[in-house]
Amino acid sequence: MTVILDKCFGGKQGAVNLAILAILLLVIFPLWLDLFRLGLIGKYVTYAFVAVSLVLLWGNGGILSLGQGMFFGLGGYCMAMFLKLEASDPISTKIQTTPGIPDFMDWNQITEIPWFWQPFKSFPLTVFFVLAVPTFLAFIIGYAMFKRRVGGVYFAIITQAIALILSILIVGQQGYTGGVNGITDLKTLLGWDIRTDSAKYVLYFINASLLIGVIILSNYVLSSKFGMLLLAMRDKEERVRFSGYDVSSFKIFIFCYAAMISAIGGAMFTLQIGFMSPSFVGIVPSIEMVIFAAVGGRMSLIGAVYGALLVNFGKTMFSENFPELWLFLMGGLFIAVVMFFPDGLAGVYRDHAKNFNLADWLIASYTKWFKKDANMLGDKV
Amino acid sequence: MSNTDFILAIEDLTVSFDGFKAVDSLSMYIDKNELRVVIGPNGAGKTTVLYLICGKTKSTEGSIKFKNIEMTTLSEHEIVRAGVGRKFQTPSIYENLTVYQNLEVSYPVGRSVWGSLTFKRTPELSEQVRKIAAEVLLTEHLDLEAALLSHGQKQWLEIGMLLMQDPELLMLDEPVAGMSAKERDQTAELLNQICQNRSVLVIEHDMEFVKKIAHKVTVLHQGKILAEGSMEKVQANEKVIEVYLGH
Amino acid sequence: MFGYSMEEVGNIVVMQGFSGLSLFSVLLLMALGLAIIFGQMGVINMAHGEFMTVGAYTTVFLSKMAVEFDIVNSYFVFAIIAAFILAFFIGYFVEYALIRHLYKRPLDTLLATWGLSLVMQQIFRSTFGAKEVSAELPEWLLGSFKPTPDIDIPINGVFVMGLALIVTVGVYLFMFRSRGGLRIRATVQNRMMAGAVGINTQKVDRLTFALGCGIAGVAGAAFTTIASTGPTTGSLYIVDSFMVVVFGGAASLMGTIASAFGIAQAQSILQFFMTSSMGKVSTLMTIVIILMMRPEGLFASKVRK
Repeated sequence: MTVILDKCFGGKQGAVNLAILAILLLVIFPLWLDLFRLGLIGKYVTYAFVAVSLVLLWGNGGILSLGQGMFFGLGGYCMAMFLKLEASDPISTKIQTTPGIPDFMDWNQITEIPWFWQPFKSFPLTVFFVLAVPTFLAFIIGYAMFKRRVGGVYFAIITQAIALILSILIVGQQGYTGGVNGITDLKTLLGWDIRTDSAKYVLYFINASLLIGVIILSNYVLSSKFGMLLLAMRDKEERVRFSGYDVSSFKIFIFCYAAMISAIGGAMFTLQIGFMSPSFVGIVPSIEMVIFAAVGGRMSLIGAVYGALLVNFGKTMFSENFPELWLFLMGGLFIAVVMFFPDGLAGVYRDHAKNFNLADWLIASYTKWFKKDANMLGDKV
Repeated sequence: MSNTDFILAIEDLTVSFDGFKAVDSLSMYIDKNELRVVIGPNGAGKTTVLYLICGKTKSTEGSIKFKNIEMTTLSEHEIVRAGVGRKFQTPSIYENLTVYQNLEVSYPVGRSVWGSLTFKRTPELSEQVRKIAAEVLLTEHLDLEAALLSHGQKQWLEIGMLLMQDPELLMLDEPVAGMSAKERDQTAELLNQICQNRSVLVIEHDMEFVKKIAHKVTVLHQGKILAEGSMEKVQANEKVIEVYLGH
Repeated sequence: MFGYSMEEVGNIVVMQGFSGLSLFSVLLLMALGLAIIFGQMGVINMAHGEFMTVGAYTTVFLSKMAVEFDIVNSYFVFAIIAAFILAFFIGYFVEYALIRHLYKRPLDTLLATWGLSLVMQQIFRSTFGAKEVSAELPEWLLGSFKPTPDIDIPINGVFVMGLALIVTVGVYLFMFRSRGGLRIRATVQNRMMAGAVGINTQKVDRLTFALGCGIAGVAGAAFTTIASTGPTTGSLYIVDSFMVVVFGGAASLMGTIASAFGIAQAQSILQFFMTSSMGKVSTLMTIVIILMMRPEGLFASKVRK
């Protein structure tokens, strides 16, 4: 029992923190906020998936990906393609030149559904592709880069370039992707109208529960030997290699895992907000997602969620009322977090509430796990 | 090249960097359970030879056979898994982990991604950690964060981490650099003990220390072997005195 | 080929090639500054594009002044110098206030300079407005000459290229033939040793960073002759410039020139035959794939580690 507690919740303290987050997301927000605001929270929670992925990848693994937006976007696009095909039945599109295909294809003189849209007629296949397409792309990038020992700033720049390529490609291939507007006017999921109030509530709860699930799974990853090796690789990569570990395969795995989590967030975004566009794929969204994790605390899975919620709340507030101030604030946030609060909110929390070690709980859980077992075994010997 | 009884057989090994030959058709053989020390002036290619064996640097020509398996085409972790352990010049340990965890990470179980995710601690592991900790004189410090160890203890911890892998060939790059006289003696004792069931290759400058441990000494100069043999024989060699020991 | 005759294709390649030369010049100047900063100091400056914008706005501002004082034909040389100086001093200050605290944390430098770039963009927007502005160009920069009836070569493109080459030669002479350059190279190769022989490494870092920013300012001045300037102008070039630096092998001047040339030419020639976005996509994609196979770039040499 304690093993499960330590491994999946990051120890007692971690479990308490996770429970607080779960209550906040699943009870307090739905009771307190109206549907419009809850929808906003739901949107922020989808970004939190990416922030969590960056805690694993960047905070623990030392691998800074400036292309997480593309995985978020790919997950979202896969889901959007399915919903779009469902919304484009011949009856509701009968005014088009070619009924039965998505409207933007019709506008671009395309007369039949292209081959790579075909699998998205099936929901099970769509779910598979939501997870598989981003993971596969991450695998290719990771394999090529990590096998050749590319890391650090090189990796960051190249992932950024790939995110740029993908966003230009999506904007440029209007007929196949919906172009700069993205894929819009999504209506139903397997006949279930996702625009109704009840659907919005249901999707919000699925989304928040998935996030909690992802955090639990990620806690497990970090508390296993894998997690310890991840930290070891971040700090002493050569030593790990000369202890007989194939460093690249560990990095590929965590990059793929991070891509998959981000994609889940993207797919949930599409379902909740009802569209997906290239504005979530390119350089700017990708790097903004890094700041969510940085503000929350790059080592803290739960901190990253709060980071995503807070930064986006600020963004919504400011960019509506004082759009000019917002860019200053955002820029200042990047600088301040890096210069003065490298451990983010979680670090501030830890420093000001010594009994509530939010940021330290990861490291503490390793130590606890090892010490406990060591003592246990010690008793037997 | 035919199979041999040597644990390590290096033949015609050459590596050049933009035309400069750091190691020049070097041949060297190490026996089972032998403790070999490589000495030589700075830039003689000692560390490069070590890098070549452990796979960090790729050779231009020649062969390195470990237990008759060709090593030059393998990657670093494959070489480690074949049974070659390598210590870095400055102690390379995980400063934020405890001594116990440092040793545990080096335990050769759960080395794949999946293996590490499903890795469970076993009584054998704990036993092994304690045994090795005793060998490298760190039993009392098992729960100490590694960053708090003295420089000499860090060197021992790294040797301990290598012993966790139970390698058949252990390579050490200047293991006593920065150690006190007492620590040097203890390290010499440790190495003499270690090589009872494995081969050890040491790069070292401290001649007093070399005398205490070496079974055989190889002197490198400009990427080539200048002399090889027992310590007395090498020390008497005029060429060696001229390029190295003389000053 | 694409429905053109061979002669037409030839003319298109020549003309697009020349328009590519303008892009080449801007990319080269941007990449030179980046390469000095990144290759020599390991620092990623995401705000580099904004330093180019500083240079561009300086030139635009001076051109407006020049119109008032009726010196349009001669101001441009001063504008280039002013662009360099202003970008240099802002870079000097940024190094002092920000970068020097982050030398051991390259990934964090990247994030902090990104934040800086957002702040600078907003300053541009608040000061000069969101609309793009153009410099008043001297007459001798306008027009084009025609070696054959079908080929048009714009003079501003040739001028910009000349400027880029002069700066490149200047950087080369500075880095490899002057004491200042020697200090920079010494600091790069062995910081401790450089400090020990009496080089003030902090000062060298600051001047190196400022120099890189100053060159970006010159790139901005050059940029005004071929396009108009907006608050986000610089950010459009930042990824391309990084690709130039990485692709060329960060420490190699020849590599930087060759890769700037290759990337600019590929983009502008491909853009004619495909859509503009596909031209860019195929160029970037090719670079990324090559970099995946040869991550050290095209011109890096093998060294003893």
